[in-house]
Amino acid sequence: MEILMSVIAGILFMVGTYLILSKNMIRIVLGTNFISHGAHILILTMAGLKTGAPPLLGLEATNYTDPLPQALILTAIVISFGVTAFFLVLGYRTYKVTGTDNTDGLRGPDSYD
Amino acid sequence: MNNIITLPILIPLLTGIFLIFFRSIPLQKWISAIALIVTTGVSAYIIHLISTHGILTLQLGGWEAPYGITLVADMFAALLVLTTAMVSLCCLYYAFGTVGKNRERFYFFSFFLFLVAGVNGSFFTGDIFNLFVCFELMLISSYVLLSLGGERIQLRETIKYLLINIISSMIFVLAIAYLYGITGTLNMADLSVKVAEIGQDGLLTTVSLLFLVVFGLKAALFLYFWLPGSYSAPPPAVAALFGALLTKVGIYAIFRTFTLIFYHQPEVTHTLMMWMAALTMILGTIGAVAHWDVKKIIVYNVIVAVGLIIFGLSVFSSVSLIGSLYYFVHDMIIKALLFLLAGAVIIIARTHKLHEISGLIRHHPYLGWLFFIAALSLAGIPPFGGFIGKVFITQGGLENGDYIVAGIGLFTSLLVLYSVMKIFLNGFWGETILSKKEEGKVKNVLLPCSILAALTILLGLGAEWTYVYFEQAVEGLMNPNFYIQAVLHD
Repeated sequence: MEILMSVIAGILFMVGTYLILSKNMIRIVLGTNFISHGAHILILTMAGLKTGAPPLLGLEATNYTDPLPQALILTAIVISFGVTAFFLVLGYRTYKVTGTDNTDGLRGPDSYD
Repeated sequence: MNNIITLPILIPLLTGIFLIFFRSIPLQKWISAIALIVTTGVSAYIIHLISTHGILTLQLGGWEAPYGITLVADMFAALLVLTTAMVSLCCLYYAFGTVGKNRERFYFFSFFLFLVAGVNGSFFTGDIFNLFVCFELMLISSYVLLSLGGERIQLRETIKYLLINIISSMIFVLAIAYLYGITGTLNMADLSVKVAEIGQDGLLTTVSLLFLVVFGLKAALFLYFWLPGSYSAPPPAVAALFGALLTKVGIYAIFRTFTLIFYHQPEVTHTLMMWMAALTMILGTIGAVAHWDVKKIIVYNVIVAVGLIIFGLSVFSSVSLIGSLYYFVHDMIIKALLFLLAGAVIIIARTHKLHEISGLIRHHPYLGWLFFIAALSLAGIPPFGGFIGKVFITQGGLENGDYIVAGIGLFTSLLVLYSVMKIFLNGFWGETILSKKEEGKVKNVLLPCSILAALTILLGLGAEWTYVYFEQAVEGLMNPNFYIQAVLHD
C-alpha cells in the first residue's frame, strides 16, 4: 500500500511540474494544487498508513493510527487553499491589467512607472 | 509564568485583525504604531528576562513537549525579535508618508502587522511544523504587500514570487514529512535528541540538505534568482521590510536547524553551505557593482550579506558565530536604512536610474550624510555596526583555515563599499540638476532613518555592552543541550 501511495504522490508531482512549466496562468495555478496534493499524500504515507484502528489511544487499545499527520495535512490544506485563492485572484487581476493570461505576454522592460 | 513570550506574536496579530474593522486611516496609523512600540518594549523586557533567568519556554495549551507546540525564547531569537520590532516600527513610520492613500485604504497596516507577527512567530516557535505555519503567515502577508497597488510590474513580480514560494513551501512540507517518517517527532528539541540517538546517517543528511534547499530559497542563499525582481517592485517602505526581515527569517531557520538538529555531519552540510555562501557573495557583488539602478544596487546588497552571515555559520566556531550574529542584527538594521534612503532618493529625483540623478546634497544635506554613514556601516568601516561582525567572521574563518572564503568575504566588502558609494558619488555629489520645485516631496523620512542610523552606530560603539547578550546567544547555539534541557525538562 505504501509503495502504491508513493507512486501516486510521484505521479501528482509529475503532473504538477508539467502544468507549472506551461505558459497559461490557470494551468500554473492548477499545477501548484497538484504539487500540494502530492505533498499531503506523502505526509500521510510517511507516517505509516492504516493499521486497522481508530486514532484513539485508550487503556484497552493495543493498536492505534497516528493522528498527527492528519492534523498536519489539515493545516497544510487550509494554507494551500488560501494561497490558491490568492493566486487565482492575482491571475485574474493580472489578466485585467495586462490583457493576457500568457506568461510570455508579461515579459517586457523593467519600467517601474 | 512565561506567557509574556506570546506577546510579540499576539500583539501584532490581534491588532492587525482589530484594524480591519476600522476604516479611519489616522486611527489605523495610531493603533499600529502603538502596537509596534509595545512590541518593542515587550521584546526588550524578554531579553532582560532571558539574560537573568535563561531560556524561556511555554507549552501552549498545557500540552507538554514533545506532544504539544512549544514556544521557545532563547537569546538568539529574542535579539532578532527586538531588532524586528524596532526595524518594523521605523518602516511603519516611513510608510505613513510614502505608501499613498490607495494602499492605506486596502488594509496595508493590517498586513504589515500580520507580517511582523509571522516573523516573530518564526523566531519563537520550537516546533518545526509550526515554523512552516508561521512562514506561511509571513509569506501570505508579503504576497499581499507586494501586489497591493496593482501596478503591472508588481503583479508580474508577485506571480513569480508566489510561485517560487509555493514550490519551496511544498518542499518544506516534504522535508518535514520525511523527518517525521524517520524520527516520529516534530518538536525541535526532541528532534535534536532523536537525531543524536539514531545518528545522522546518509538518509538524515539528505533530508537536512532538503531543508537547506528550502531555507536557501527563502533566505536567497545561492538560490536568489527570484529576489532582485521581487524586491525592486514594491514601494520603499515595503521593500525595506522585505529586505530587512524576510530573507533573515530564512537565515534564522538555517541557523536553527543546522545548530540544533543537523550538526553531526558538518563536513557535508556545513562545507556545502560554505561554498554556497561564497558563490552568493561573489554573484551578489557582481550584480551590485554592475547595475546603475538605485533599487537594484541595494537589492543585490541584500544577497551579499546573506552569503557573509551564512559563511560565519558554516565555519561553526564560537568566534565566527558571534560575528555572524552581530552581522545578522546589523544587517537587519542597515538594509532597512538603505532601502528607506534609496526610496527617498528615488522619490526626490523621480527616477531610479543613477545616471539621471545628481547633486541631491545641495537641498538634502542631512539625507546625504545619513546615506554616507549607511554606506560606511554596510561595508564594515569602524566604528559602525558592520565592523564588529565582519571582524569576528573573518577571524573565525582564518582560525579555521578557510582562507579562500574569508578572502572572498573581505574582497566583496570592498566592492560592496564601491557599489553604494557609487550612489553617493553620482546621486548626491555633482551638479544639482533639479530645482526645489522639480523635486518630489518626501515626508516622514528623516526621523526613521536617523533612528536606524543611530542604532547601527550604537551597535558599533556599544559592542562591549551588547557583547554579553550576543555571547549568551552563541553559547546557546554551540550547546544544543541548553535548548533541549529548557524545553524537555522544564
